[in-house]
Amino acid sequence: MNTLLAHLPALQVVVPMVAAPLCLLAGRAGLAWIIAFLAAAFATVAAALLAYQTLHHGPISYAMGGWAPPWGIEYAVDTANAFILLLVAAIACVVLVFCRTSIPKEIRAGREHLFYCMYTLCLTGLLGIAITGDAFNVFVFLEISSLSSYALIAMGGRRKSLTAAFQYLIMGTIGATFFLIGVGLLYMMTGTLNMADLSARIPELQDSRPVLAAFAFITVGLALKAALFPLHLWLPNAYAYAPSGVSAFMAATATKVSLYVLLRFTFTIFGSEFAFGNLPLLWVLLVPAVLAMFAGSFSAIFQTDIKRMLAYSSVAQIGYITLAIALANPAGVQAAMIHIFNHGLMKAALFCAMGCIFYRIGSTRIDQMAGLGRQMPWTFAAIVTGGLSLLGVPLTAGYISKWYLVQAALQTDLWWLVILIALSSMLALVYVWRLVEALYFQEPVPGREAVREAPLSMLLPTLLLAGANIYFGLDTRLPVAMTENAALLLFQGPGG
Amino acid sequence: MSGWLIILAIGIPTFAVPCIWFLGKSPNQREAMTLISAASLLVVVLAILPLVLTGVPVRLALVEPVAGLAIAFAVEPLGMIFACVASFLWIVNSVFSIGYMRGNDEPRQTRFYVCFAIAIAATMGLAFAENLFTLFVCYEALTLSTYPLVTHHKNDEAKAAGRTYLGILLGSSIVLLLPAIIATFVLTGSITFTPGGVMAGKVGPVVGGILLFLFLYGIGKAALMPMHRWLPAAMVAPTPVSALLHAVAVVKAGVFTVVKVSVYIFGLDYLRELALADVALYLAGFTIIMASIVALRQDNLKRRLAYSTISQLSYVVLAALILSPISTMGAALHVAVHAFGKITLFMAAGAIYTAAHKINISQLDGIGRRMPWTMGAFAIGAISMIGLPPAAGFISKWYMLLGALEVEQWFAVVIIIGSTLLNAAYFLPIIYAAFLKPEADDGHGHGHGHGEAPLPIVLALVTTASATILLFLFPGPALQLAGMLVGR
Amino acid sequence: MLQEILDHYNYWIAIMLMMVGFYTVVARGNLVKKIVGLNIFQTSVFLLYISMGKVTGGTAPILDERFTVYSNPIPHVLILTAIVVGVATTALGLALVVRIKESYGTIEEDELDLMDGET
Repeated sequence: MNTLLAHLPALQVVVPMVAAPLCLLAGRAGLAWIIAFLAAAFATVAAALLAYQTLHHGPISYAMGGWAPPWGIEYAVDTANAFILLLVAAIACVVLVFCRTSIPKEIRAGREHLFYCMYTLCLTGLLGIAITGDAFNVFVFLEISSLSSYALIAMGGRRKSLTAAFQYLIMGTIGATFFLIGVGLLYMMTGTLNMADLSARIPELQDSRPVLAAFAFITVGLALKAALFPLHLWLPNAYAYAPSGVSAFMAATATKVSLYVLLRFTFTIFGSEFAFGNLPLLWVLLVPAVLAMFAGSFSAIFQTDIKRMLAYSSVAQIGYITLAIALANPAGVQAAMIHIFNHGLMKAALFCAMGCIFYRIGSTRIDQMAGLGRQMPWTFAAIVTGGLSLLGVPLTAGYISKWYLVQAALQTDLWWLVILIALSSMLALVYVWRLVEALYFQEPVPGREAVREAPLSMLLPTLLLAGANIYFGLDTRLPVAMTENAALLLFQGPGG
Repeated sequence: MSGWLIILAIGIPTFAVPCIWFLGKSPNQREAMTLISAASLLVVVLAILPLVLTGVPVRLALVEPVAGLAIAFAVEPLGMIFACVASFLWIVNSVFSIGYMRGNDEPRQTRFYVCFAIAIAATMGLAFAENLFTLFVCYEALTLSTYPLVTHHKNDEAKAAGRTYLGILLGSSIVLLLPAIIATFVLTGSITFTPGGVMAGKVGPVVGGILLFLFLYGIGKAALMPMHRWLPAAMVAPTPVSALLHAVAVVKAGVFTVVKVSVYIFGLDYLRELALADVALYLAGFTIIMASIVALRQDNLKRRLAYSTISQLSYVVLAALILSPISTMGAALHVAVHAFGKITLFMAAGAIYTAAHKINISQLDGIGRRMPWTMGAFAIGAISMIGLPPAAGFISKWYMLLGALEVEQWFAVVIIIGSTLLNAAYFLPIIYAAFLKPEADDGHGHGHGHGEAPLPIVLALVTTASATILLFLFPGPALQLAGMLVGR
Repeated sequence: MLQEILDHYNYWIAIMLMMVGFYTVVARGNLVKKIVGLNIFQTSVFLLYISMGKVTGGTAPILDERFTVYSNPIPHVLILTAIVVGVATTALGLALVVRIKESYGTIEEDELDLMDGET
């Protein structure tokens, strides 16, 4: 048992990685699902254990394959990435339950096992990005998760899924390659890839041009992967035309993991003094963040496909997170981490609810949904909860995010940001309200047969996620304790 | 210790919601459920009353998601007045609703009673909120639960009105009120309602002035111009809904919040140091006069009543901003007085619509002879609005005037007297026409042969009209509560 | 000045290839050409890494008494991984192009946009 615990950081990634080819070999949908679910469940438990360990006993350093860092690949787990691991694994697990019923209806028959193979591979990649302490290893896992997500999106069944996946492939590869260039330049100047080593050596090289270039490449590359405005163009189509389970999983985790890497590089490796003192990162991030908040919400208002609307809303929400990062104080980092978590919960719930609706009526267009609220009351309840959370209404998780964000903004002299945050929330109100109005207050489309509530196996995960939005709006001990510690750690760097 | 009473006060209407929903198929049981809940709520609220009067603290803390932000309740005198009024009027308005909704064959009655119960639950939470956070949550819940009521008819007009309603109320609360609450929290470290306020010594006069405006305009339910548009828009709803909005819950929640914020967050002493408080006073005065003038020109009875409400609400704001303890008592009393008076007027308008299908004032000639009870009650309500004895409106206006004279706030004195004349100008002609003018033939033969409205409606009307008189004759407990509010 | 530019010729080649590849990705409407551009773009980064690890006069990093100067093997190993990733990306990209051709009947971006706009 103790050996198992000692190797937990490796198992966290290895178990889903091994599960992926097993799903492929299983060949049958049912068996592949069981394998994938066991792997995701294991990952969740492992992440929870790691989170507990880091919270109570401090950071863990694990030498992959016995090669001591800084030569070997180090898996460095602290509260910051344990928190991300927990989010990714838990969402993956819940959404997988949802996929059991939804996927056979959304992808070509006979390919379910391939889907689960890609899904677990994507999970592997995302977990790997979060857990590793090696800059190049981040790239490798980034590509594992990206390649599998291109395939997942392409499985969407509509032909637009293919162009969406292709567009994402081009943009994603450019982003990852930018990141690769940055890491190469860093290696050139410092001779190390270990994050802890990097953070120790960079301060001496503050003014060296390759380091500056590396910083620029890494930031732009990650901004592309995180879909920060105006590099978000791949996201709306990708989320809109992917199978609903994939949309839920990716919206909640994929961009979030990239944002975590951005946090790690900006604050731990380069250090906030380098990024915000020497370089105008504040404005470089702040302006796109604010634009994202407004442009994303504005675009969301005019969408007729609700999955696309939610995707644009994600662009806006990523703006909030980036805004929090740009504030460059521990409170801002904490706010960013909290919103990463809470936004994961709300978007997963909303996309799952859209999956329930798609399952019944075969569309996510708003005009097709008119009057569905009374036919699918539980799904409707999940949508309302998720929507309220998205708005930041008190007693939901979204409120906690907004609260911390506003607090962080008020600690700087950028108090006027609070006004912008409030105004952009108003825009969110418009598109959430549009959805609620269509679902509840409009008469059903004539000619469409009345539908029943979604099957329980889809409804339960959806309601669980919606319930989490309420739960974490009331009991904030877990995210607050984790992120408080994480913000400090990110700021000090691993050596500090 | 007595926290369970608060749980009951919020829990009874909440519990009623699923019950009413499931009894939707059998209207009689459904209405019985509403009445039973309303009656038991009144009993609970009246059980809290003696505790408050004797100074026993009634508190209840539920959860605290973030340090300093708790969902907690505590009963204080102002909240007690509000809770008494709201729970009493729930019964009256339910009786009236039964008559009105059945008399007019309104659709979606179950949804109506369900939303009504949610709104009452939110109102109870709002009345007993211990801090701004809890108040804000209940405030928003109230807005959302009343939206389906405003859009009851589901036609385009109702939807447009619903959008205005939701846009102004949610918009102002998120853009202005919420930042004001957050700024208060950041600047003072507390958003708990504290006697004497929390701002003194922590917030400078300029920032304090800005906050005052954020609060005044952020509390859109208080309908300070130009935040008043939602109120006339919401007139498209059935009359029981108008009664709910104008008397039982919504606008009362607005002015209640204004008084509560000025007494317990700013503190009267602190407000006196704010130069901008005078400007706010002028704005309130402007709203009173403007709304009265607009009311004069409305021929639609309900719209005239709506503008009268806007004007009356600003009395409360004005009285709170006169900043003398006596006028603050007047403000607290006026919350109750206006509730009884205005619900009477609205129910009378509903009764006229149900019995005679008339909505305009110009059609009302001679109607007093056909509907003596209704128009009698209307007259009492109108007298109360104007502020004449023997109606309760006299008492609240008297206190406001006394307070204004005490601190020599001549502007307020002029406004109160001037608007009283205007009130008389738009109410007395209606009463005159109803009783003294001969019944006109409208050419279509409509409206002839009708008599008094259905019994439940008349019963409800007479009850509230008598309450207006009784409050004038026996103002003791209300005065005592209002006195406790300002520490007298 | 000129000498300085010539001394770093490997970087110049990498930068030029990078720009060529990047331009092709952005400017070409044919999906296969986009993939080709992407390949060139990635290859430029491979070259950057490989040339970075080369030490003038150094040999392959095999432990032997006769040699004291070795090339740095780590960038080379890293780039092996990156090449594998690149191959996988190309394969996936081409597979998508095939599927797009099957369902749309074209692989020209402007025509695809037009068809998506219509549906």
